[in-house]
Amino acid sequence: METSFLVQTLASVVASSTPVVLASIGETISEKSGVTNLSLDGSIALSAMTGFAVAFLTGSVWLGMGAAMLVGALVASIVAYASISLGLEQVAVGFVLTMLCADLADFLGNDFVRKPGPTMPHAPVPFLSEIPILGPILFNHSWVVYISILAVAASWWWIYKTQPGLKLRGVGERPESAFARGVDVKAVRYLYTALGGALVGLAGASYSLSIKLGWSHGHTSGIGWIALAIVIFGGWHPGRVLGGSYLFGLLKALGSILQRNPAFSSVPTQVFSSAPFALMIFALLLVHNEGVDRLLALLPARLGRQLDRAIRGRPPAALGKTFTQD
Amino acid sequence: MESRAPAKLTNILLGLVAPLVLALAFTTLILVAVGASPWEAYWNILLGAFESPEKIADVLAACVPLTLCGVGMCITFTAGQWNVGVEGQIILGAIFATWVALNLDLPQASMLAAMLLAGMLGGALWGALAGLLKAFGRVHEIFGGLGLNYVAQSLSIWLIFNPWKPADGATMSGTDPFPDAAWMPKLAHLRVAPLAVIIALVAVGVVAFLLRGTRWGLELKAMGKNFRSASLIGVPATWRMLTAFAACGALAGLAGAIRCSARYGRMIPDISGGQGYLALLLALLVAYRPLWVPFVALFFAAVGVGSPRLELNMHLDSALGGVIRAAVVLAVMMVGGWRALFARRRGQKALAAGPPTATEGEVA
Repeated sequence: METSFLVQTLASVVASSTPVVLASIGETISEKSGVTNLSLDGSIALSAMTGFAVAFLTGSVWLGMGAAMLVGALVASIVAYASISLGLEQVAVGFVLTMLCADLADFLGNDFVRKPGPTMPHAPVPFLSEIPILGPILFNHSWVVYISILAVAASWWWIYKTQPGLKLRGVGERPESAFARGVDVKAVRYLYTALGGALVGLAGASYSLSIKLGWSHGHTSGIGWIALAIVIFGGWHPGRVLGGSYLFGLLKALGSILQRNPAFSSVPTQVFSSAPFALMIFALLLVHNEGVDRLLALLPARLGRQLDRAIRGRPPAALGKTFTQD
Repeated sequence: MESRAPAKLTNILLGLVAPLVLALAFTTLILVAVGASPWEAYWNILLGAFESPEKIADVLAACVPLTLCGVGMCITFTAGQWNVGVEGQIILGAIFATWVALNLDLPQASMLAAMLLAGMLGGALWGALAGLLKAFGRVHEIFGGLGLNYVAQSLSIWLIFNPWKPADGATMSGTDPFPDAAWMPKLAHLRVAPLAVIIALVAVGVVAFLLRGTRWGLELKAMGKNFRSASLIGVPATWRMLTAFAACGALAGLAGAIRCSARYGRMIPDISGGQGYLALLLALLVAYRPLWVPFVALFFAAVGVGSPRLELNMHLDSALGGVIRAAVVLAVMMVGGWRALFARRRGQKALAAGPPTATEGEVA
């Protein structure tokens, strides 16, 4: 009984964290190249709506996912164009796009509110899903859950183990040196910002087609900001971003278990709905706090340094800076 | 900096008209795509905002919180800070003002004064909290502010459902109506409170003066340009940053107090109603110049008051209003970017052709 409840909870954490995993890994890729796509909260809403609408109209979940990825890539490309080619402030453009996309999603999605539509089929992986405990937690989901985990693994391998990945990091860390070595800095930034945006779009589709089915006003609200915070919490490293997303999902699940407890019945549900955001502040406090610095300083120097490297990351050095190649 | 002297008319055309046309072209495209008549939609918004004295009064009333928060954000932006937490600062202002309205028994004038001051205090504290998180916790103000917005929202709902529960049970429609003394007097049968409009206009003047004519404003500008250099030349940058957050929070809190005293006459869960995020767009649009804020607020408020008519008459979602506003802001930014780009290109050509006298337009 106890273990099956635990397994069930963990499995639902893996499933419900999928949009956050996809969005934060997409953002990690964009930011690795030096571009902050702050529009996440809006572009997830717009792509969730688009994904659902296209799937609803065509009857194909895959077309819906494709359309959502296109929308995500398009919005990211606007951020890329404004910052890379026009030299505008990324945060400002991203914020305006957040608002624009959220309202656009509400406006265009009006006809699709609370309609039942197609959903991503449940697809247990043969053999793997029968492994005790691990099987039901990891391999008994819909396609998009596996895609999210594969996306994390693939981006880790790509960023840290391949030649193009080295270029990507170079462009985000020291664009001048990368340029001097013949890398087309702007093109690389465009490419990875759009690619990251496509993953953000997929995050939206996974929401409306697999996690919180359908479309309604404020359907995805807040998830983009959480994903942005998790990129920082995860130190711009795919593996830690994945861990951060699941940790966050787990804490949220614990919250809803607490909420069902009769002792908390007098607390309105809206209070629990803001808990993730309080958690977000605490998480960021933890990774940046000077108090943590002092604690680490008490440890032997080598251990302290290792622990420091293990729990926090450094942003790409050229993140948010315009690169002019003259 | 761009040279502003020649061809002022071209500047206005390119800086104001071109983005408006571009933004409307975009929304027209969207409307055509959903099969609605663009003209009918724009006409409905226009009528919805200006067809009667009542509507015009509503637009004026809607300007007040936007103006207060907008000039507030001119302060934090001048200091180089992204105060996304205005939404929460409005809520805290409303909460403090509501506490006064429900707990103190005062004559109207002192009641209103106490509510407005309490609102400013609440907003200032919440604003300063985001500043403290940034200064001492190194939490970026965007995340700190956003997180605090959601926390403030929960706090207000908890208050409405627990200590401030109406006698016949708590609902999402808010607390019991305030006692009469806590209602800000309105103009005849209209829904605009003249006092609120006056307060907003005074705030514009005060902020414009503070930013332009005082040492404090100058120091904020210095740290907005370069935080480290400002501290090196002796500006107490951390302290100045906190005062900027608190000042903006006080103005947002004032807006919150006015919203619950003049608009609703009670505390409701959605007391901020997205005004904080709208004001952020507004501040970006006016490029942090306080004197421009009321004019853009008028435009934003008109679109906001006019667009619900789309739902009544055309079965379109009123979110179109938000699309129009955000599209205008985006278009202004993009056109600014294009102009700077062309200026740079011209500069490079001039550089290649003749003596190096060209100056390039850098976008802040």
